[in-house]
Amino acid sequence: MDLSFMQATLLTLLGGLPLTLQLTASSVLLGGAGALALALMRTSGVAVLSLPARAYVFVFRGTPLLIQLFMIYYGLGQFRPALQELGLWSFFRDPYSCAVLAMAMNTAAYASEIIRGGVASVPPGALEAASACGMRPLMRLRRIVLPLAIRQALPAYGNELVLMAKATSLASTITLMEVTGLAGKMIAQTYRAVEIFACAGLIYLALTFVLTRVVLLLEWWLSPRRPRLQPARPRIRTTGEPA
Amino acid sequence: MHLFDLFLGPNGWGVPLLLAALTTVALSVSGFAAGALLGALLAHARIAGGFIARTVADAVTTILRGVPDLLVIYLFYFGGSQILSWIGNAAGYGGFIGLPVFLTGVLALGVVSAAYQAEVFRGAFNAIPRGQIESARAAGMGSLLMFRRVLAPQVIRHALPGLGNVWQLILKDSALISVIGLVELLRAAQVGAGSTREPFLFYSAALLLYLGITSVSGQAFRWAEIRSLRPFRRG
Repeated sequence: MDLSFMQATLLTLLGGLPLTLQLTASSVLLGGAGALALALMRTSGVAVLSLPARAYVFVFRGTPLLIQLFMIYYGLGQFRPALQELGLWSFFRDPYSCAVLAMAMNTAAYASEIIRGGVASVPPGALEAASACGMRPLMRLRRIVLPLAIRQALPAYGNELVLMAKATSLASTITLMEVTGLAGKMIAQTYRAVEIFACAGLIYLALTFVLTRVVLLLEWWLSPRRPRLQPARPRIRTTGEPA
Repeated sequence: MHLFDLFLGPNGWGVPLLLAALTTVALSVSGFAAGALLGALLAHARIAGGFIARTVADAVTTILRGVPDLLVIYLFYFGGSQILSWIGNAAGYGGFIGLPVFLTGVLALGVVSAAYQAEVFRGAFNAIPRGQIESARAAGMGSLLMFRRVLAPQVIRHALPGLGNVWQLILKDSALISVIGLVELLRAAQVGAGSTREPFLFYSAALLLYLGITSVSGQAFRWAEIRSLRPFRRG
């Protein structure tokens, strides 16, 4: 193995890392918001809301991400005049925004199932107690359901995060040169597949390692066992009449 | 009508698309089988292997789960031809030998899914009570006989739900094989889109075909799962 070649390769591939990170972060953030909306629609119990959400999840989980990406980037190009009229063409012409949109829509479908699992895990007693305290549905959602559901869903969401970081590699098929795109190009030019694979693999392993650690840290931070700052203890009155 | 001519008329795109869908299914089934074989080996190494086998299996699993599938496909596509050409050169044939794309796809899908399948098999194995293995040994069964009579039937039953997930994963990953030029469903849709300038229509058709394949096979797995639980049904 040629160490100087490996070093040069690693440096070149690292140039694609910011794009990979950017794609991951934007699609996960956007997708997370979408997932929350979808999960709430599905658990709402209102057919007008839950049926579209179910159909959305069925379509996006039942088809490959690559075809979703092509559908948005190439497929919508067919409607260029209409999109131009709406002023959306500059968005759909840009491979980066198309990639983020496709990945966000894809991860929203998967993550909504994860969040739904979390919502389902909230004990009914907690819901009843909240209602009995006079909380309205929205407040109950904000104070009781979401905190419990998100904590419960976090480990599975961490997996989805890692999967998304890997899925950004598909952006290379629509001309975005992130780490895998650069690696593929270099392999095709030099035919040194093993060395380049090792370098790119190293970058992705480091990335997934960091991501899983971050999620673990977040889990630890959000778990009730964490020692918290104790609120000041109420002073016990030792003299005088009871308050 | 326009749509009718395009897909069902003479020289329509319907037949090529359906054939490509069959290629997708064949590719995924072969990849699944290859992955099951590799996954079983990995699981065996992790359950019964010595220190070295376990460490190697752990490392392989970690790497395969941490690296994008597309990268593995590139490795097999370019690396496979590289190795074949070396062998060819050594045998006196100076020139480039390419690995057939279908075979490359099967290998790549198998390797990509092996790590997941290994985890599924390991979990299924761990669900078998230790006492059964001890009693099989006490009854004088050899390893192979025990595997056939005690382990395999139960591992398969416990693994079915997980295997269903892996199958869906492979089916969707098979679309990635289009990047190395195998004419499977996505590639066929791309070709059709390119020559008719109707990308939206062709990708929609492919999308529907994918949806059909995933839901039918998902149903089949659910049916198999229910059937495998039949001996335990009460009432």
